[in-house]
Amino acid sequence: MSTATMSRPAGGRRLVADRPRPRPRGAILPTVVLVLGALYCLVPVVWVLVASTKSSSELFSTFTFLPGSGLVENLGDLFAYGDGQYAQWALNSLVFAGVGAVACTLVSTMAGYALAKYDFPGRQVVFYAILGGVLLPGITLAIPQYLLMSKIGLAGTYWSVLLPCLISPFGIFLARVYAVSAVPTETMEAARIDGANDTRVFVSVALPMMVPGMVTIFLLQFVGIWNNFLLPFIMLSDERMYPLTVGLYTLLSKGSGTPSLYTLAIIGSAVAIIPLVAMMLVLQRYWRLDLISGGLKG
Amino acid sequence: MSAVTDPPSLAYRRARRRWAAPYLFLLPAGVLFIAFLAIPICYALYLSFRGMRMAGGGPFGVRQETWVGLDNYVAAFTAPELLAGLGRLAIYGIIAVPLTLGLALTFALLLDLPRVRGARFARTAIFIPYAVPGVVATLLWGFLYLPSTSPGNWILERVGLDGVDVLHGGMLFPAVANIAVWGGVGFNMIILYTSLRGIPADVYEAARLDGASEWDIAYRIKIPLVAPALVLTGLFALIGTLQVYGEPTTLRPMTSEISQTWVPLMMIYRDAFTRDNLSLAAASSVALALGTLVVSVILLRLTQKRSFGES
Repeated sequence: MSTATMSRPAGGRRLVADRPRPRPRGAILPTVVLVLGALYCLVPVVWVLVASTKSSSELFSTFTFLPGSGLVENLGDLFAYGDGQYAQWALNSLVFAGVGAVACTLVSTMAGYALAKYDFPGRQVVFYAILGGVLLPGITLAIPQYLLMSKIGLAGTYWSVLLPCLISPFGIFLARVYAVSAVPTETMEAARIDGANDTRVFVSVALPMMVPGMVTIFLLQFVGIWNNFLLPFIMLSDERMYPLTVGLYTLLSKGSGTPSLYTLAIIGSAVAIIPLVAMMLVLQRYWRLDLISGGLKG
Repeated sequence: MSAVTDPPSLAYRRARRRWAAPYLFLLPAGVLFIAFLAIPICYALYLSFRGMRMAGGGPFGVRQETWVGLDNYVAAFTAPELLAGLGRLAIYGIIAVPLTLGLALTFALLLDLPRVRGARFARTAIFIPYAVPGVVATLLWGFLYLPSTSPGNWILERVGLDGVDVLHGGMLFPAVANIAVWGGVGFNMIILYTSLRGIPADVYEAARLDGASEWDIAYRIKIPLVAPALVLTGLFALIGTLQVYGEPTTLRPMTSEISQTWVPLMMIYRDAFTRDNLSLAAASSVALALGTLVVSVILLRLTQKRSFGES
């Protein structure tokens, strides 16, 4: 035992001395920095998971990272709040993000494919309009969008949140970048010579090749809609139609002063982030974010 | 006869269909673009030049909507709240944007180093906040800031020191900016990391043989090569900063220091919905959107990278 502890540091020292450069140290500092970064990003998530187990009296009295005893009770309170409003908010978020992202991906893929693979009059104009759309802060459009929606009587409906999410200039831009690199023109020509029309070439030749790009656009758009706050906040007035973000915000703003609503907001946040984090971890390897950086090489 | 005329007519039909095809593929996007981007912009422009005026004069005048020229813009830019809001936005942005990009670049370069342990874990962990909605992120940090639930204060009080209230006083700006940094680092890191991975390894080999340190390689080779990605992430960080709304709004119940007009979008929201002054809100929206566009174009021009160039 004692010989082992004696010999190890000596051997270690000799190893380091033999090397021309202190390589182990060079790899330790980056690891330490990365671990600190990981901790910075994980601590709030761990905190909310721990805090969600606390009853409202424990929340303000016990050490913040000490689990409490109120998890089951908190969950019961959360799903009982306002006749099960929380489950309704979660369902709304899922519908907005799911339906919106699927439709937006299809719309973007078709448009990006046309811009990448066809030469037609007006292509340049369309391309610059889309670039303008990428640079324009979408959120400043929320108020004019609301005014128009209320003119045609759609404000306050599911459509008022869903429809503006279907157009994503950035999604079209990414689809175009991906189509340029993933769909060879020769393969399209070969299919055309075999008698396939343009729709068929798109559906059975180009679309399968574009799937990895489409998954990326879908995930970006899903997270974007799921996290959106201002658009549903402006458009909707019926609490039962709120997505999670607006619902949790109302919970918190009602909760200032009443600690029992604080516990609800905390357990509500914890439950809200679990499915999305799980989805990201599972789908991580399908993400092709090099699309975003790859598009810049031109 | 028919054998001679058939092929050209078939080719003609095909050609015509091919002519129409790109427009048909663009049709859904085009309709949505016009309905939810182009028309709202035009409508906002129209509203920004309209306003309520007394017509007829005297005690019998009626309030009527008419053209008012640039009055709304003058009103928006002379409102002390807008200038104060822009000032707060600038402080917030000066903290949040360089920190987000700097940390993202640092983490991406470290992940790209050979022989780094736990890189997969760190990459996943740093990316996780991207999945957390801004409102929820604000809630999490808000409770970590709040003196009664803050772990930092819990420790400070146990050792007999006074707790700190970051939500009041000079710490408020770093506190709000920290939420944006936390949410944005991971996504930008992944973009920079993927573009680092796209650089062929033999680019570094020559430098390594010449005895260049990893630091030299990062500074002289890697950073210049990912500069276009850095410009793009910087652009998105900047656009994101100019439209910050959810974070300060969600923090409002926790601190008295965030006013109703803390950032420009909050003022626009108040003008439109609390004060019912749509024209003023429209004018501020147009000005904010134009400002963002101008800043983006200047940034792209300054960096001289054709980041969005046609390939």
